[in-house]
Amino acid sequence: MTEPTASGAKEVWITGIGIVSSLGEGLDAHWDALNQKRINVDDKRFAPYIVHPLAPVSFDAQIPKKGDQRQMEAWQRIGTYAAGLALDSAGVKGNQEILGRMDMIVAAGGGERDIAVDLAIMNADAKGNSSPAFLNERLMNDLRPTLFLAQLSNLLAGNIAIVHGVSGTSRTFMGEEAASIDAARIALARIESGQSEIALVGAAHNGERPDLLILYEFGDFNLTEKYAPVWQRDDKGGFALGSAGCFLVMESREHAEARGAKPYARLTKVVADLAQRKQPGAVTKSLEALWPKLGVTGDTGNLITGATGVGPVTSEEKEFLRQHPGFAVRATGTMFGHTLETQFPLGLALAALSLSRGALFPPNDPTGLEVEKPGVPDQIVVLGAGHWQGEGMALVEAIK
Amino acid sequence: MRRSIDGGNMSAPRDKFGRPIVVVTGMGVVTSLGAGKKDNWTRLTAGESGIRTVTRFPIDGLKSTMAGTVDFVSVDPVSSTGLTEQLAKLATEEALEQAAIGGKADFPGPLFLAVAPVEVEWPQRLELGRAIGKTDFGYEDMLRVSGGGRFSAFHHRFMFGSVASHLAETYGTKGSPISLSTACASGATAIQLGVEAIRRGDADAALCVATDGSVNPEALVRFSLLSALSTQNDPPQAASKPFSKNRDGFVMAEGAGAMVLESYESAMARGARILGVVAGCGELTDSFHRTRSSPDGKPIIGCMRKTLADAGLEPEQIDHINAHGTATPENDKMEYNTTAVVFGDHLPKIPVSSNKSMVGHTISAAGAVEAVFSLLTLEHQRIPPTINYEVPDPAILFDVVANKARDARVTAVMSNSFGFGGQNASLILTREPA
Repeated sequence: MTEPTASGAKEVWITGIGIVSSLGEGLDAHWDALNQKRINVDDKRFAPYIVHPLAPVSFDAQIPKKGDQRQMEAWQRIGTYAAGLALDSAGVKGNQEILGRMDMIVAAGGGERDIAVDLAIMNADAKGNSSPAFLNERLMNDLRPTLFLAQLSNLLAGNIAIVHGVSGTSRTFMGEEAASIDAARIALARIESGQSEIALVGAAHNGERPDLLILYEFGDFNLTEKYAPVWQRDDKGGFALGSAGCFLVMESREHAEARGAKPYARLTKVVADLAQRKQPGAVTKSLEALWPKLGVTGDTGNLITGATGVGPVTSEEKEFLRQHPGFAVRATGTMFGHTLETQFPLGLALAALSLSRGALFPPNDPTGLEVEKPGVPDQIVVLGAGHWQGEGMALVEAIK
Repeated sequence: MRRSIDGGNMSAPRDKFGRPIVVVTGMGVVTSLGAGKKDNWTRLTAGESGIRTVTRFPIDGLKSTMAGTVDFVSVDPVSSTGLTEQLAKLATEEALEQAAIGGKADFPGPLFLAVAPVEVEWPQRLELGRAIGKTDFGYEDMLRVSGGGRFSAFHHRFMFGSVASHLAETYGTKGSPISLSTACASGATAIQLGVEAIRRGDADAALCVATDGSVNPEALVRFSLLSALSTQNDPPQAASKPFSKNRDGFVMAEGAGAMVLESYESAMARGARILGVVAGCGELTDSFHRTRSSPDGKPIIGCMRKTLADAGLEPEQIDHINAHGTATPENDKMEYNTTAVVFGDHLPKIPVSSNKSMVGHTISAAGAVEAVFSLLTLEHQRIPPTINYEVPDPAILFDVVANKARDARVTAVMSNSFGFGGQNASLILTREPA
């Protein structure tokens, strides 16, 4: 009901950032890791598949009750942890007045399975031992009653509400990479228009899951055998799943100033589309159509992409990047792996972090596509093109 | 009675808060009672149940063996996600035909889709297991046969965004389609997102669809293990008993609801017939517990009050409540207690009914299915009954529309949806702009 009419859009600030990933937790650890060009991959545990495993984390620090931790599977613990870091970073942790009216949009997958139960049923079936009732009986007897709650997509948001008290509104978007682009887009639109004053937006992904490796193997998307940076992967390409959680606190400038919050950056624009990828070049075309809507001011700048490393989308994205040669590119997939729903919030977070530190982090790419970019950035474009669908971009700007 | 408010109304097409008024110009619905508004309304107001013993798969060993399955729609290959998509298409096509908006495959606005979380399902998982060609296998063996293109259709089918992607392509909705889940409140949330987009001026029209075709063995088992389902299997039609003393849980069901939302201005400009108004939306999160409501009911009370405030209406202006009414012991008690706080002395004057007594709980679709039924209630000035209401719960003092439909003057309906994960959402639907 506070929606403004003709007065124009409100300015939206990013005032809180929470990241936990294969490179560690928190802003300083990530800034150091990026500057040291650290990469954390495990090519043994799921060999020949490669994953970026979550760095050791003490979940107790953000999820104090063991009972709460037990109710969650890893993806929910990662996300609830990162959400807590973001609330800390925004200085609103424990502030019931604000948390009670904070809006939340989570981009989520879900469905971590009990692999042992699945395998037992599949093996019995393959042996021809399954009566019509077999599946029902095994599921009734073997599934943990609370596993369902750890599988439900909207229960990451539910756990954030329970553990941290974020209890204004709660919406969960689904749909892989595009879900978090839309989460950021809708949160921004709501704050700009006055429908919301402050929002928690983000996602979590557990990349260390055999069931996910199988799901992506159906489409031959997994990187195998040998790790390579995103731009160095061959034509077939592939992604290495990564574990990460990333949340952002976004709020109107008025709201932030009234509570004395310090911004990391301004979120100026988020645009998204869904190209039907039936013709070669569809992704390049989609990105080209989004570019002028972004409000980038010059021919030079900075761009952080969540490029997956799979074909053909990454080659089509490269084609788009070639048309904007003045932009220094950084691909987060090289360092973090592919974190699906988390990829876009991670890009936004690293853009805001870079702007607040007055520098773009260094390239990490032997192919030369990524180049050094000295100087203080004032705008960073964040790009996300999903491994099978969904394209989006955001413009993040320095607040001077 | 059919009445249109298009044309001749010279008032500014904005609500009392200066926002664009959001109207409904097309609706579609599919449930276990049938496809389309006509069949559903006839059966709903006749007090018929769509709940039956499950025949789609073996029920041996299950505690709950009935559901509101949509058996007149089948998909090949069999999957809940495939059925979910097909149900969405049926409802959407009915809504688009009624709205007569845009060109073929050219809907002039965004898609908001409430859909159940997606995952690889048992028929496909077993197919994969059989392809391994040996016994005593592990996931490494599964991985070994998964690639190479043999199962590439599984990837596409079991992406969370797949249903929305297909709908966006089929109906030509604009921009990035949004798939969402707020558990049992999802349908209401899809409508709320559409309302917000139109109020912001981001769109003149929005396609809001909610769909659920997920009655499968594992889904039944999961809800059973949480003790959420009725086990009164015989007769299945009598299982869903909202507000009754002997209620013992909800009955899983399938269905879809679709709505074309438009700004009043845009609908008038093209001379569209206006079916009703989404006057208010509200939501408030409960942070008490993963599956239980805060004992003080404050989040639900707050949700209803936010919705009244959003619509600019007083409690006395609501003359029917389409309840969440799942028939779980906890929900119905909590819903009564909180509604009593919000509506106070006016509550006895409000007829309350639960569509779930007849169609079961269509989970992700429920909020939209019930919003469609609420608008049909406004159109026909007739409230569908709550069937199986033989033993009233003395602790629930609603004026339940018991067992037989009731003619009534209805100008504003509140439709409530509450879900696991602390999700509460309410809508207020009216016949005409305030």
